[in-house]
Amino acid sequence: MTAPVTGLLTRLLGRLPIGWLQLTHNRGRLAAAIAGVAFANVLVFMQLGFLGALISTIRLPYQALAADLLVLASDANTLQDGSPLPRQRMLEALSVPGVAAATALHYGRLDWKQPDGTVRTLDVLGVDPRARSFSLRAIERQRDLLTLSRAALLDSGTRNVPPAVFEAIAAGQTLHFEAGGRAVDVVGTFHIGGGFSADGYLVVSDQTFLKLFPQRSAGAPNIVLLRAEPGTDLDALARRLRAVLPASDSAVRTVAEAVARDQRFQTTQRPVGVIFGFGVAMGALVGIIIVYQVLSTDVADHLREYATFKAIGYGQRFFLGIVFEEAVILALLGFIPGSLVATGLYALVTAAVGLPVSMDGFRLAGVLLGTIAMCTLSGAVATRRLARAEPAALF
Amino acid sequence: MAPGLGPAIRVAGLSHAFGEGEARRKVLQDIALDIPRGQLVILMGASGSGKTTLLTLLGCLRAVQEGSVVVLGRELAGAAEAEMVAARRRLGFIFQAHNLHESLTALQNVQMGLAVHGPLPGAEVAAAHLLGLLGLGDRLHHLPAQLSGGQKQRVAVARALVGNPDIVFADEPTAALDRESGRAVVEMLRRLGHERGTTTLMVTHDNRILELADRILTLEDGRILQDETRAGGAGAKAPRRGWDVS
Repeated sequence: MTAPVTGLLTRLLGRLPIGWLQLTHNRGRLAAAIAGVAFANVLVFMQLGFLGALISTIRLPYQALAADLLVLASDANTLQDGSPLPRQRMLEALSVPGVAAATALHYGRLDWKQPDGTVRTLDVLGVDPRARSFSLRAIERQRDLLTLSRAALLDSGTRNVPPAVFEAIAAGQTLHFEAGGRAVDVVGTFHIGGGFSADGYLVVSDQTFLKLFPQRSAGAPNIVLLRAEPGTDLDALARRLRAVLPASDSAVRTVAEAVARDQRFQTTQRPVGVIFGFGVAMGALVGIIIVYQVLSTDVADHLREYATFKAIGYGQRFFLGIVFEEAVILALLGFIPGSLVATGLYALVTAAVGLPVSMDGFRLAGVLLGTIAMCTLSGAVATRRLARAEPAALF
Repeated sequence: MAPGLGPAIRVAGLSHAFGEGEARRKVLQDIALDIPRGQLVILMGASGSGKTTLLTLLGCLRAVQEGSVVVLGRELAGAAEAEMVAARRRLGFIFQAHNLHESLTALQNVQMGLAVHGPLPGAEVAAAHLLGLLGLGDRLHHLPAQLSGGQKQRVAVARALVGNPDIVFADEPTAALDRESGRAVVEMLRRLGHERGTTTLMVTHDNRILELADRILTLEDGRILQDETRAGGAGAKAPRRGWDVS
């Protein structure tokens, strides 16, 4: 069964594939080694999946906005955490050449109590229903409905809400619920999907928003969405806006800048992001330890045979070649089940917690290359003992 | 000195010790020895007399501590690793415990003895031919675990000889063999000495093969106790060639 591979490797390496022959000689140990590498891969993939989900859920609401530039409070790191912004900034921004449209957005969060007593946390976006605020066609199509008092559009990606609820809304029924003692009528749906801090999104008019959040004022939104005239250099426009708007209370960012800043903040300053980043590092470290154990045990088990080769006149390069051969074979053989299991677990996590945990080619390639690099490095370290030893001392 | 001239091995003032401090124990003391090319030398001595240490020092498997060891015109004392590796490639080693690679077939094990000189066309044929000469023509693709002790030892002999070494070192090569195959192996080494000028240095306790030796060295407590050149053997001082022997 292994003979064709042996022939192929012989031609590829220009020598007997000792590493391959050693690995396949003991099938039980080979299986254990592959399982070890696969486990290390799964570990890293899962942590990367969580981190990737965090990063991509941060991007989702920004992508839903119909904006080229954002004016946020100067202390804002995310869409949600900035101080209210004087509405005046919207008018000032409109006066800057190159700005085609500006609209204000209120951002709040409310708890939607379920009949069973559990709570869904919704990020609430309050917008002017007469102005275009979203790039999502579902919202734009239903924008007129928001002019009705108490009307709201609900994110159909909201976590832990039965699909039947959204089907009923789509069929024309209105969903009534109360939040903070105020009534909400859900008249339509759209899709963004929940993130790590909220379960989903709710879009309302600015008037409804102020009823839901009576402590907030119409004169102080959170974000001003700006659309530039076609063909405008956004960076140059941002510079012009910064010259006009006082830096003490407002910051002008392109959407890409704002997303990058939000992602950087949440992955390095917020506990969740730090934990996932740490998890990736731990996963990689545990993976390296597993791979090193596998390869150094293998070198130790073959020390006597290597010593014989050394006595025959083989040099250190030959042994490094064998161990690298084993490292690459183990990395490849472990990666196949590792990436398959991880892809399965991604689907499981996505289904279970409603986070967009998904595999992409970039991550696959990165983990494969990382595994090969770590295996090779571990192999090089594992052969050091052999390099120093006199052949006679190894028998 | 160019290879092919001078003695195969020249040893002067060789001492070797194991351990550190109080536990330091001398195993070889002031050994001087010349082995001309083509000789089949048997090294005898009680266990602990230092014969295996001497064999591994001459075979470039151990660094020289004190004295001079010149093998095929190359000084081993203080030699760099690369020089030791180059020297080993001209030697053949037959180990007491055969030391075959468990994952490789008989043929592949023997090929490893040739592949050390780089990829050669016909290496597989040469290895198979030699195994055939040693009566293993039908065991080429067996793993060591599928071979008897004697068969394994013959594979090890083939591995040592396949690269046409200038010197063969053998540590109890006949221990695992019956009388006939043991004698056959030693006779083959002796024939190689006469035909190709291959020198053989063999540690053995096997009295049955002493009569095949050109020379018998006896070691005791790390010193050469006796150096006996056998009549009828090839114990002359000059380099040996097949045509000038019996």
